[in-house]
Amino acid sequence: MSRLKPAHWFGLALVAIALLALPLVLTQVGTAWVRIANFAILFVFLSLGLNIVVGMAGLLDLGYIAFYAVGAYTWALLASPHFNLHLPFWAILPLGALLAGMAGAILGAPTLRLRGDYLAIVTLGFGEIVRIFMNNLSAPFNITNGPKGITRIDGFGAGGVNFSTTDTLFGIAFTGPAKYYYVLLVLMLLVIVVNLRLQNSRIGRAWVAIREDEIAAKAAGINTRNIKLLAFAMGASFGGIAGGMFAAMQGFVSPESFVLHESIMVLAMVVLGGMGNVWGVIAGALLLSFVPEFLRYTVEPAQQAIFGRLLIEPEVLRMLIFGAALVLTMRFRPAGLWPESRHKREMGERRA
Amino acid sequence: MDILLQQIINGLTTGSVYAIVALGYTMVYGVIQLINFAHGEVVMIGAMVAFSVIMALVGMGLPLPPFVIVLGGVLAAVPVCMAIGYLLERVAYRPLRHAPRLAPLITAIGMSIILQHLALLVWGRDPRAFPQIMENASFAVGGAAISSVQIAIILLSVTMMAGLTWFVYRTRFGIAIRATAEDVRVAGLMGVDANRVIAATFTIGAALGAVAGVMYGTYYGIAHYTMGFILGLKAFSAAVLGGIGNLAGAMLGGILLGLVEALGAGYIGDMTDLCRWPVFGELLAERCAADGHVVLFGSNYQDVFAFLVLILVLVFRPSGLLGERVAERA
Repeated sequence: MSRLKPAHWFGLALVAIALLALPLVLTQVGTAWVRIANFAILFVFLSLGLNIVVGMAGLLDLGYIAFYAVGAYTWALLASPHFNLHLPFWAILPLGALLAGMAGAILGAPTLRLRGDYLAIVTLGFGEIVRIFMNNLSAPFNITNGPKGITRIDGFGAGGVNFSTTDTLFGIAFTGPAKYYYVLLVLMLLVIVVNLRLQNSRIGRAWVAIREDEIAAKAAGINTRNIKLLAFAMGASFGGIAGGMFAAMQGFVSPESFVLHESIMVLAMVVLGGMGNVWGVIAGALLLSFVPEFLRYTVEPAQQAIFGRLLIEPEVLRMLIFGAALVLTMRFRPAGLWPESRHKREMGERRA
Repeated sequence: MDILLQQIINGLTTGSVYAIVALGYTMVYGVIQLINFAHGEVVMIGAMVAFSVIMALVGMGLPLPPFVIVLGGVLAAVPVCMAIGYLLERVAYRPLRHAPRLAPLITAIGMSIILQHLALLVWGRDPRAFPQIMENASFAVGGAAISSVQIAIILLSVTMMAGLTWFVYRTRFGIAIRATAEDVRVAGLMGVDANRVIAATFTIGAALGAVAGVMYGTYYGIAHYTMGFILGLKAFSAAVLGGIGNLAGAMLGGILLGLVEALGAGYIGDMTDLCRWPVFGELLAERCAADGHVVLFGSNYQDVFAFLVLILVLVFRPSGLLGERVAERA
């Protein structure tokens, strides 16, 4: 990395202050917006994880949310009255990441020899299977509590701080969601650093090589099978961590939260932002997290005012936006809003 | 009642529907080597359109025979689905034909999400019950029962399969389709308009899908805006089982998958009843005495079978039962 100039330091400091002050500002607007910001960060996690699989290694994964579910259920089962276990976060989060990573490798193994579209269908099916199991593993032995889900899950806890209540520090009130925001922010910085380092590492370059031309990559001495499995496992483990934080934040998980649409949403974020580019993916995740929320608060009253009733529910509108984002990005800007330079060349050339 | 025979009859019925949907996947794949991800949604829209028309016809109170009413639904659904199939090809596939493989897959997923939610806007979130207009007479066959709807579905499917086979193997346009599947460029040199052929496979597949959607809706008596997803997944598994790109394979795969699913759902409960297992039976003696059975996986896992079949085929015989080309990653 090149040395940063003073101007860059100044810019970084401004971004840091803005990120630190954000929940306090948002709390003034409404605590709901702090929650929305938290979910945006979770989606940044998920998008970065999926970016490893789809963006860097070029393997289309449509069941990504299953790994999020694995992480969430790991937390839910190990820190709730359901089994009367209350393990601390430093035990559960890594375990969730590990389990999700293993699930990713197991899923990837049978499809690695095959073309990308088979992989897409298998992962699509896998996402659905995980949901079927979550729904039905309540009998004969109650493991997941079925469609009712698991309630009263322990929140995040560290250093005696309670993350579900409001605390006052230096005269500033920090609400529960605001405190989660800071934890998520720290985790997000970690994840971003890991991703940036990966992007320029031997492994990252191997992933890109496989995406560009698998046979050439193999000829260049890359163990394509192991490297692809690694992409799956690493991508999935990010999903596992995000899932654990989701369970802690919500205090409740049920199979309803892990439907196909969630996988598609994350995919749309990666595609819109620019497959393979960490900053592009982050931008895509933030954009597609906030825009539907803004619309929720504007389109609904607008429809009421114009038509006198609600024609398009915000949820439906959101999915239509995600679908359109996928189609339009691929048609008109296939490398995304903020493309990775290498990917841009590739996508641009072949379109001619 | 003979459970084995009954499950075979049920499996043949759902299997015929899977086979017809699978034909849509396999035709498109044969020509452009890409999966039509939105095909399941086309089937769903077929069922929904037919449902609306059937309801309207019933609502008019005309003294029409039930057969004519259902036929009216089919006749309305087929052109709508053909238009959507054509639109899909034009919007999601044609502009990206020379782009990297990932690109058309992603647009197709986008289109399927859009179609699904447009259907939600039109028909709402609640499942729609197909009106029970046909008196569903059932006939006894060697200890099992087969209903008139089941007979109609199986006969109609066989007719469509025969018709499609005739079309592909005995007509000029069918030859053009097969030539394009073999080699797009050489077919082009022989005067085949590849664009027309590709668009035609999408629309023919969609027309078959529309009929399949109506059959599925009539059989289960229900239509829902999310039904296309699982049905599409199963039909795709069927196409892979038979060997994707191969018409006979899709038919065989569909029927086999229907049978596997029906027999699996029929017997998995008994097979995973822990009370019948040696060690677990003793460990759970108390529960077994109280409940009679401790079933690990019941018929609620029915949807898992298609997926298991898909994984097993991909691991052990990726080219499918009748396929020749091995689907190595290009």
